[in-house]
Amino acid sequence: MIEVSNLTKRYAGRTAVDDISFTVARGEIVGLLGPNGAGKSTTMRVLSGFMPATSGTVRVGGFDVFHDADEARRRIGYMPENNPLYPEMRVREYLKFRARLKGLGWKNSRSRVDTVMEQCGLKDVGRRIIGQLSKGYKQRVGLADALVHEPELIILDEPTVGLDPHQIRSVRTLIKSLAGKHTVLISTHILPEVEMMCGRVLIMFGGRVLASDTPENLQLRMAGGSQVITEIAAPEKALREAWDGLPEVEQFNVSASDGKFFRCALIARDGFDLRATVFAITQKNGWELRELTRSRHSLEDVYVQVTKPSQEERE
Amino acid sequence: MSIFLTLLRRELAAFFYSINGYLIIAAVALLIGESFSTVIAILGSDPSPMPVTELFYSTNYFWMIVLLAAPVMTMRLFALEKASGTFETLMTTQIGDVAVVAAKFCGAIFFYLVAWLPLLLCLLIVGHYARQHTGLDAGTVGGMFLGIFLIGCLFISLGCFASAITNSQMAAAMVSFVLGMSLFSLAFLAKALPPNSDLTQIIPYFNLFDQMDSFARGVVDTRVIIFYLSASFFFLFLTLRVVESRRWK
Repeated sequence: MIEVSNLTKRYAGRTAVDDISFTVARGEIVGLLGPNGAGKSTTMRVLSGFMPATSGTVRVGGFDVFHDADEARRRIGYMPENNPLYPEMRVREYLKFRARLKGLGWKNSRSRVDTVMEQCGLKDVGRRIIGQLSKGYKQRVGLADALVHEPELIILDEPTVGLDPHQIRSVRTLIKSLAGKHTVLISTHILPEVEMMCGRVLIMFGGRVLASDTPENLQLRMAGGSQVITEIAAPEKALREAWDGLPEVEQFNVSASDGKFFRCALIARDGFDLRATVFAITQKNGWELRELTRSRHSLEDVYVQVTKPSQEERE
Repeated sequence: MSIFLTLLRRELAAFFYSINGYLIIAAVALLIGESFSTVIAILGSDPSPMPVTELFYSTNYFWMIVLLAAPVMTMRLFALEKASGTFETLMTTQIGDVAVVAAKFCGAIFFYLVAWLPLLLCLLIVGHYARQHTGLDAGTVGGMFLGIFLIGCLFISLGCFASAITNSQMAAAMVSFVLGMSLFSLAFLAKALPPNSDLTQIIPYFNLFDQMDSFARGVVDTRVIIFYLSASFFFLFLTLRVVESRRWK
């Protein structure tokens, strides 16, 4: 659906997007993750056809967004950052206006506006003035606008920014419901959002795509695997010897917990899952086991490790 | 075409749905009322050979309205859309840049003409109470409004350009006021220079005062019409180039 190849965008003296390439298949929900200033919005602006690329090509549905702008735009529903709307218009009037601008005829625009208002839960506020709506409703109006011409690709730039948790949840549900029918590209700097909604993540930093994979794979790739936490009632020395004897354990740490229990943190080699091994050892030695969990690296760890902006900032 | 009408409707709605629109109309009406009372005072003291429309023009409130109202009417056009980000949603639909510029210009001109309507009422009042009707006929009124329209085209196209180059409404208003004042000063220069000197062949065309004076007398000169229209087109063309410029690499 989207083919970006060697896209570079330079503003006067500053490179916002630096030679990135990626593709997005039809029906995917892809999250563009990165800190502020990573080039997410610029990438989206180029994708939407608002700005031309300095070099490189962007194709949407096989059409170049710059040379075949009309054909490409017909396939794109774009909601820019901060979801700009005309505050003095009424919801229905605004959506109708937008539908007309996107080339829908009178009758068609009327039925499409009805459909998207239903879809985005705007039925009750059709007559309300946009400026007086809550932020959550405004966001839905923006989404409805992006959907109104039935685009194959929906580009949403930070769709949940500034919403309260309830509103975020409903907007996310709405976005999830688009999966399958539409291809969705979302930018965000909120990690759980990506984990919840997206089938694939592109991590951007400093104008480059640093990683591109499913959230699960990214977590797996992190630090060579997972950490196992276990609490066992056994002599400390015996525990240390047991972990030393296991070739799969790369590192371990044993510390006293309450009572006779010891808390052991084990880091496995090459993503090996230690849980079964640990359980087998306790069984064999007749030790009492009260906790055995795998603590996985969250996407946040991946993100921090890949981008590492904070170190420079701290110095 | 239908997309242009949709855009135009939205532009007019932006003028007439906002309190600012009515504030501008009220301010223009106030200035027209001032000039009306001045005209009445002149007519009351001694009979004047001038047509009533020319009397209205000679009060000089006319220039105040054009110089002040045009920047205020046009400052919002592009600057607000750029500042609020709606410019981005607007420009990622299937409409062309020409349609956007044309719709904004036409909307502003329409609003400008509506703001001038109280003058028509004033003229009707004078016409109704005047003993003789020679001072006011369809020709002079038509000429006056044609002049108002043409000068409006020029100053509003200037305002469009000023609004397109910035995303601050304040800056847009100031730039268009300064540009308007420059034109106005050029008109002074044109009036002061001796006619028919070779160096200044183009300058006389900027003599806005005498041109508007002829319009107010009901004299319509096609050269002047062409001058105003082409100058307006020039500024609209510049506006269009500015709007397109975001697509330049």
